[in-house]
Amino acid sequence: MIAPSIETSGYACRVADMKKEYVLKSETVRALRGVTFDVPEGDYVAIMGPSGSGKSTLLNMLGCLDQPTSGSLWLGGDDVARMNDDQLADIRSQRIGFVFQAYNLIQQLTVVENIQVPLFYQGRSLTREQKTRSVELAKMVGLGQRLDHRPTQLSGGQQQRVAIARSLVNDPFFILADEPTGNLDSRTTEEILTLFEKLNNEGRTIILVTHEDEVSKRAKRVVRLKDGRLQWDRANSQEVRDAAAKYAIDNMPVEE
Amino acid sequence: MNIWIGTIQLGVKSLWLHPMRSVLTVLGIFIGVASVIWLLAISKGIGDEAQRQIESLGADTIMIRTVKPPSEKMSAQGLTPYGLTRKEFDILVATVPTIRSALPIREMRRQFQFKDRKLDGRLVGCTPEYAEVTRLDLQSGHFITDSENFSGDTHCVIAAKVAERLFPYEDPIGQRIYMPENQGFYLVVGVLKPKGSTAAIGGSMAAQDFSNDVYIPIKTLQQRIGDTVMSFRSGSREGEIIELNQITLRVAEVSDVKRTAELVQDTLSSHDKMEDIAVVVPLELLEQARTTRAMFMLFMGMIAAISLLVGGIGIMNIMLATVTERTREIGIRRALGAKRRDIIRQFLVETSVLSLAGGITGILFGLLCGPAVNGARILANMWFEKQMAELPEVVRTVQPSIVPESIPGAFFISLIVGLVFGIYPATRAAKMNPIEALRHE
Ligand SMILES: Nc1ncnc2c1ncn2[C@@H]1O[C@H](COP(=O)(O)OP(=O)(O)OP(=O)(O)O)[C@@H](O)[C@H]1O
Ligand SMILES: [Mg+2]
Repeated sequence: MIAPSIETSGYACRVADMKKEYVLKSETVRALRGVTFDVPEGDYVAIMGPSGSGKSTLLNMLGCLDQPTSGSLWLGGDDVARMNDDQLADIRSQRIGFVFQAYNLIQQLTVVENIQVPLFYQGRSLTREQKTRSVELAKMVGLGQRLDHRPTQLSGGQQQRVAIARSLVNDPFFILADEPTGNLDSRTTEEILTLFEKLNNEGRTIILVTHEDEVSKRAKRVVRLKDGRLQWDRANSQEVRDAAAKYAIDNMPVEE
Repeated sequence: MNIWIGTIQLGVKSLWLHPMRSVLTVLGIFIGVASVIWLLAISKGIGDEAQRQIESLGADTIMIRTVKPPSEKMSAQGLTPYGLTRKEFDILVATVPTIRSALPIREMRRQFQFKDRKLDGRLVGCTPEYAEVTRLDLQSGHFITDSENFSGDTHCVIAAKVAERLFPYEDPIGQRIYMPENQGFYLVVGVLKPKGSTAAIGGSMAAQDFSNDVYIPIKTLQQRIGDTVMSFRSGSREGEIIELNQITLRVAEVSDVKRTAELVQDTLSSHDKMEDIAVVVPLELLEQARTTRAMFMLFMGMIAAISLLVGGIGIMNIMLATVTERTREIGIRRALGAKRRDIIRQFLVETSVLSLAGGITGILFGLLCGPAVNGARILANMWFEKQMAELPEVVRTVQPSIVPESIPGAFFISLIVGLVFGIYPATRAAKMNPIEALRHE
């Protein structure tokens, strides 16, 4: 692997002039037109922007699900933009935690087994520590009593919490979440956001895509995309974040 | 290694999501594998029976039989002598060096009587070696001896069925059988054990049935009855002048059989014009039977292979549907770090689990072939007695004999079917773009 030409320690990832084009029959879609930004370790970034602005595309690049057309992406010491399919798969199973809008748990597996999937693809058999860790993660997200349940037996919020536990199991560089609360009501959204806040306070780096201002206000930093370019990138003050959290709790629908 | 165990567990879980579908898919392979084993076992059983019948004639023997020449070769007036002669017998014995022993045989239809009991059967004039060469076993008494033959004694040995029919209550040994056609009494000195029929030979007669035979010394037959035999069958007088009906030669080495047969044919070439003899070489029949059996088994094997192919296509069909249905799962797994080969492995393991489940159950069911065929036969005999009696003997008596190689063969074939028919669906699954797979509804 080529030695990085830039400083990467202290960063979860660094993106330099990343472009992504989809070549279709009739036209070429330029989904990302040169995006540059850094995510320091421990950051909590919300990516916003209108539909079609390239948020999911950017997140897929960060998650090594696809390769940029040009530009660089440093994860740790490696420029993953130059890696092949198998190497990307290794990076995904070792350095990245995914949380999806549709939870995306595997139906035939139990809660614990779902949490262990990324470890399964690291190719080694699970160590005792890894097993205890996956159970602890399930407990941490409040599903300690439901280790052997199947996804169909869980509510949406519970499934999303399993997904978050799963995203943590490989001790990733960062958690990527594409509209993680898009399918949830305000109460469960709050549960998830509280969980993210807790994780971030523990030092986890989180990058999430959202359409909701209430969600983005809870992050430390908001990045806005427009037409495949960075429109602005600014930090949320602590007051804004606290106010948003208080507002969410005050406006929680009363439980029946 | 562990990734394999994990993948197998996962495969079983995934298949268990749709138990009915999986069971039906397994059924396809099950039927294929079971039919491979069954069809091979049944055809081997039939072939073995044919072979056993031929073998009972003896692989080291050559039989020369007198056959009735075509009617245009017989003179219209009076009776024409035909067939093998005693002189030819002596010539063969004297000139063919590879012969170990030679049996002259004269046989005819006769009626046998004891008290008021009658039985139509076959009278066989033979020498003492006859019992050994045709593998007759004695129940009691002794077979014809050299001295009995030499002195032309009116002694006889009777087959099991003759004993049963003529002497239902008394011990046959020491009794006398009467033959009305030549007004002679014959003292019973031996009784044979029951014996199965042997293969039909050379068009001269139907499958040889030894059950109604009475054996006497050939010399006695020659002196008392002679070569000319008249009989009254269904109202008309028939006659024949024959010295010997058959000469059975035993060759010292099986490898000499064909050469000896050629020599015998040359020696007896004077019969070519009359067409009144036939040379039967059981060894050749045996070889023919082996080829026939091999072809039969190949044919049956092909039928079974087709059903396996259909089973395999069933697997492929189901797996293609499964791959489409599980596109989202494939996307999730890829996103969480699965490589293309992990996805291929997962789907190949699933098809292999399906086909091995079919293979193993098919083998177990295949092993039941023998008892199942016997059970079916008993039931069929109970319910369709008439129809069963009309079936050819092979069908009524066939004993399936499992071909040992067919068991591991079926196992590996089912494994290969799973892999071969799984490859296309699996590569299709692995080729999917993870992002698009994740978006799949
Ligand atoms: N596989 C693809 N092939 C062609 N074009 C694509 C592909 N994926 C995305 N695009 C295009 O790239 C652009 C950015 O898409 P992207 O999904 O990143 O938008 P988004 O910001 O996530 O939108 P939304 O908020 O609706 O999810 C869009 O114009 C989209 O049509
Ligand atoms: Mg999107």
